[in-house]
Amino acid sequence: MINATLTELSGALAAKQVSSVELTRSYLERIRRLNGRLNAFITVDEDYSLARAELADAARARGEGGALTGIPLAHKDIFCTRALRTTCGSRMLAQYTSPYDAHVVEQLDRAGAVVLGKCNMDEFAMGSSNESSHFGPARNPWALERVPGGSSGGCAAAVAARMAPAATGTDTGGSIRQPAAMSGVCGLKPTYGAVSRYGLVAFASSLDQAGPMAKSAADLALMMNEMAGFDPRDSTSVERAKEDYQRSLNLELRGLRIGIPKEYFGEGIEPGVRAAVEEALRWFAFQGAKTVSIDLPNARLGVPVYYVLAPAEASSNLSRFDGVRYGHRAAEYSDLADMYARTRAEGFGAEVKQRILVGTYVLSHGYYDAYYLQAQKLRRLIAADFAAAFERCDLILGPTSPSTAFEIGANTDDPVKMYLNDVFTIPAPLAGLPALSVPCGFDAAGLPVGLQLTARHFCEAALLGAAHRYQQGTDWHLRVPTETPL
Amino acid sequence: MSAWEVVVGIETHAQLATRSKMFSGASTAFGAPPNRNACAVDIALPGVLPVPNRAAIEHAIRFGLAVKGSINRRSIFARKNYFYPDLPKGYQISQYEAPIVQGGEIRFYLNDAERVIRLTRAHLEEDAGKSLHEDLHGMTGIDLNRAGTPLLEIVSEPELRGAREAVAYARALHALVTWIGVCDGNMQEGSFRCDANVSVRRPGEALGTRCEIKNLNSFRFMEHAIEFEARRQIELLEDGGKVEQETRLYDAERGETRAMRTKEDAHDYRYFPDPDLLPLAVEEALVRKLGDELPELPAARRERFVREYRLPAYDAGVLTASRAAADFFEALAQASGVDAKLCANWQIGELNAALNRDALEMQDARIAPGSLAVLLKRIADGSLSNKMAKEVFDAMWAGEGDADDIIEARGLRQISDSGEIEKIVGEVLAANAKQVQDYRAGKEKAFNSLVGQVMKATRGKANPAQVHEVLKKKLA
Repeated sequence: MINATLTELSGALAAKQVSSVELTRSYLERIRRLNGRLNAFITVDEDYSLARAELADAARARGEGGALTGIPLAHKDIFCTRALRTTCGSRMLAQYTSPYDAHVVEQLDRAGAVVLGKCNMDEFAMGSSNESSHFGPARNPWALERVPGGSSGGCAAAVAARMAPAATGTDTGGSIRQPAAMSGVCGLKPTYGAVSRYGLVAFASSLDQAGPMAKSAADLALMMNEMAGFDPRDSTSVERAKEDYQRSLNLELRGLRIGIPKEYFGEGIEPGVRAAVEEALRWFAFQGAKTVSIDLPNARLGVPVYYVLAPAEASSNLSRFDGVRYGHRAAEYSDLADMYARTRAEGFGAEVKQRILVGTYVLSHGYYDAYYLQAQKLRRLIAADFAAAFERCDLILGPTSPSTAFEIGANTDDPVKMYLNDVFTIPAPLAGLPALSVPCGFDAAGLPVGLQLTARHFCEAALLGAAHRYQQGTDWHLRVPTETPL
Repeated sequence: MSAWEVVVGIETHAQLATRSKMFSGASTAFGAPPNRNACAVDIALPGVLPVPNRAAIEHAIRFGLAVKGSINRRSIFARKNYFYPDLPKGYQISQYEAPIVQGGEIRFYLNDAERVIRLTRAHLEEDAGKSLHEDLHGMTGIDLNRAGTPLLEIVSEPELRGAREAVAYARALHALVTWIGVCDGNMQEGSFRCDANVSVRRPGEALGTRCEIKNLNSFRFMEHAIEFEARRQIELLEDGGKVEQETRLYDAERGETRAMRTKEDAHDYRYFPDPDLLPLAVEEALVRKLGDELPELPAARRERFVREYRLPAYDAGVLTASRAAADFFEALAQASGVDAKLCANWQIGELNAALNRDALEMQDARIAPGSLAVLLKRIADGSLSNKMAKEVFDAMWAGEGDADDIIEARGLRQISDSGEIEKIVGEVLAANAKQVQDYRAGKEKAFNSLVGQVMKATRGKANPAQVHEVLKKKLA
C-alpha cells in the first residue's frame, strides 16, 4: 500500500479497503525505520498524526470528506504549523512553534489530510543540496552518500523512499524541481500567485511559491486542487476562479508545440542527463507533438540575476530574526547591538550568513543601481524571452538539473559550482512561470534524471496533462529507490 | 551685518483615522494594555504578510486632493531597513521613490497676509512600536500596540521663515487634516507629530546646513525649539563655527535641543520595493468619487464667510480655524438671524475665551449654537445690554439654563421703554439740582454723574443709549 499513488490511496480509503489509521501507521512505521539513515524528517509526532487519522476515518464513516480525507502527507518544515514546531532547518527556529497555520496547511487540514511530520530542508530554503540544514543533510534514497537535492530535499527523499505518498514543498530558484529530479519524484512549482504564501517562512518573497511533490503528475494535480486558490492574506495571491487541475490530464499531444531552447542543451550538461532528456523528447515527438526550436538568450543570466535578487530580499526578510520576540537569543551579551550580533551569529548557519551579507551589499547606498536595479532589468528581459517563446510553442522542455545527485560535500567549498546547479530551474521563477519536473530515466550510475516542462502563466493543467500522458507511456516515475526497497 | 534668515521645513506624521492598522486587521485604539492590539502581522511572526488598508489609502487620497497635490496612479511601497527592538520586521514599510501624493500646498494667514507653502510629498507608512524603560528594573519593555498604525508623512518644502510661520503652517495643516477627517489631530496621543528641519542663512544666500529637530509634540514646543535652534546656529556661525548636519531632540523641560545622532552615524536604510506588496494602483473613478465627497475646505469657506457674511478677513480666519468652529458659526448666524458680525464677535470673544479657560474643544462647547442664538437675539432687540448679556452667557456656560430663563430668573431684562426711562430721568433730575446746575454751567462731568444716577436707580437695567438720549433732551 505504501507504494500506491494518492489516487489509488484515495480510492482504497473510499472503498474502505484500508483505514486512514492503518495507512498512517504504515507510513509512520516506515519513517521510524528509514529516517535514521535518510534524515528526511526533522519532526514527527505519531500521536498527533494518528489522532488526525482517526478524525479522518470518522469523517469518512459519516460519508463526509473529499479525495484527500485520510491521506497522510508531509510538510516541508518551512510551513507554519500549530501542531508541530517550524524550524525552517535553522538553529534560529529550532524550538519555534507557530501560533497559527500556514494557508496551505489550513487548506490540506480542511481537506482531511493527515500530517506525518515536517521535512528536512536547507536552512531557510537556501541551498540546492539540503546540506545547509542545521539538522544535518538529508540523504538520497538512490545513493545514501549523495544529496537528495534542495532545498526541499527532505520532502523529495521522503516521497522517493515511500515515507510519505506526497509532500508540500517550496520553490524559489528550483527548490521543488531540482530535488524532485535528483530523488526521482515529481514536483510542480506553480505560477507565482497561484498558491498563497501566507504562513510560508519567507526567503525571497517575489520568487517563493509553494507547490506539491508526489510520485505522479496526476497526484500533483490532486494536491494542487487543495493547495491553490485566492487568499486575501497574501497581497500577491491572484484572485481568479477555482480550477480543477485534473481537467486536462488526458491532454492531446498531437500537434502540441514543444519548445526546445538550445541554451538548455549546451555545455555543462552531463551526458546521462542529456541522453535521458532527449529520449523523452523523442517520446513526445512520437506521440505527434511538434518540436520547435526557441531562443532564451537571457536565460544564462538567470543565475547571476537570481543571486542578486534572492539574497537582497532574504537579507530584509530575515531581519525579523533578531532574538527580541521569538526564536534563538544569545545567552550572554553586553548591550543591544551585541545581543543582535551574537544572536544572529549563533542562530544562522554559514550559507544564510553569506546570503544576508550579499543581499545587504547589493542594496547598499552606491551599489543598489549597479546590482539590484540592474538585476531587476535583466529579470524583465528574461520574462520577455519566455513571452516571445510562448508565441511559438505551448510548452518548453529541457533538463531540470545539469547533473544528477552529487556526493555530500562535493560542492560545499565552491558556491559558484553549487549555484550553477540551478541554471535551468531559476528562469521560470524569475518570470513567475509554472514548471514541473518528472523522472525521465537514469544515468550510468543509476541516478535519476529529471525532465522539466515549463508553461505559460496559469497553464499548470496543461503541464500536468503533458506529464501525465508521458507517465502513462513510461514507468520511470514508478521505480523504487535501490537503497530503500519496499 | 545683515540679519539672519531662519529657514524651516516641516515633516509631519499624521496618524490616519482608521479602525485597523496599515497592513493588518489589529485595532488602532489608543491606550490598550501593552501588546493587546498587536496581531501576528504586527509582531512579525515568521510567514505573515502585509495587506494594505483601503481606508488609509483613501484618506491619503483625500489629503492629496485637499492640498491640490497630484495623486500618483501608481505608487510603490518600499522597505526601510534598520534594526530596532520596537521595529518587529527589521524594516518599516513606507513609500520612497513613488509616494501616493506629490506636490500640493498649504495656505494660511499670518499677520493678515496670506502665505502659500508648497508641499514636497505625502506618503503612506506604518508606525513603529514603543520601547518602555520605566518600572522595568533596567530592562527594556516592548509595546507593539502602535506598530503598524497607518501614518501619512507630509513633507513641506523649506519655504517657512522663522518659528512663528512654521507654527502657523503646522496649525493650518492640523486644521486641514482634522477638517477633512483623515486624522483626529490628538497631539497628546501622538496622532499629529512634527519634526522641523531648521537652518539659517543671510538673505539671498544658498540654504545653510540643516538640523532636524524631533519630538515636537505641541505647537508651543515647536515654536520654542525652532527659536532655540536658530539662535544656537546663529551663535555658532557668528563665533566662526560651522553647523553640523545632525538630528537633534527637543527637551521640553530644559527648553533646548541636543544632538541625537550625526550624519556620520546616519543609517543606510537600503530602501527597495517591498516584494510582498504589488504597486498600489489608484483608479481614476475612486479619485473622482473622493474628490466629490470632500467637504468645503477651510480656504474656500473663509472666502465665503467674507463674501456672504461680510466679515473682516481676520474674523473669517478665526472662525474657519476648525470645521467645528465654522459649523458653529453658520449654525449661530442662521438660528439667530442677527448681524453676522455680532455672531462673530461673540464666538471669537466670549465663546472662545470660555473654551480656552476650560481647555475644551469647540465640539465640547457647553452652549449650543441655538442657545447662543437666543442670547444674541436679546441683545439685538435691545432687551439686554452687552454687560448683562455677558452675565447671562456665564450663567448659561455654568449650566443654569436657557438665556430667557436666566434673564427671567435674575430680572435682567433691560428697560428700553422710553416712557419709563423718561419718568426715572425726571425723578433723578429733580433730586439732583446741583448736578443739573453744574452741567448747564459747562461741567461735562456732571452729565456722567447723572447717567450713573439713572443707572443706579434702575439697578443697571436701563438701556444706556436711551438714557443718554433722554437726558440730553431734558437738559437741552
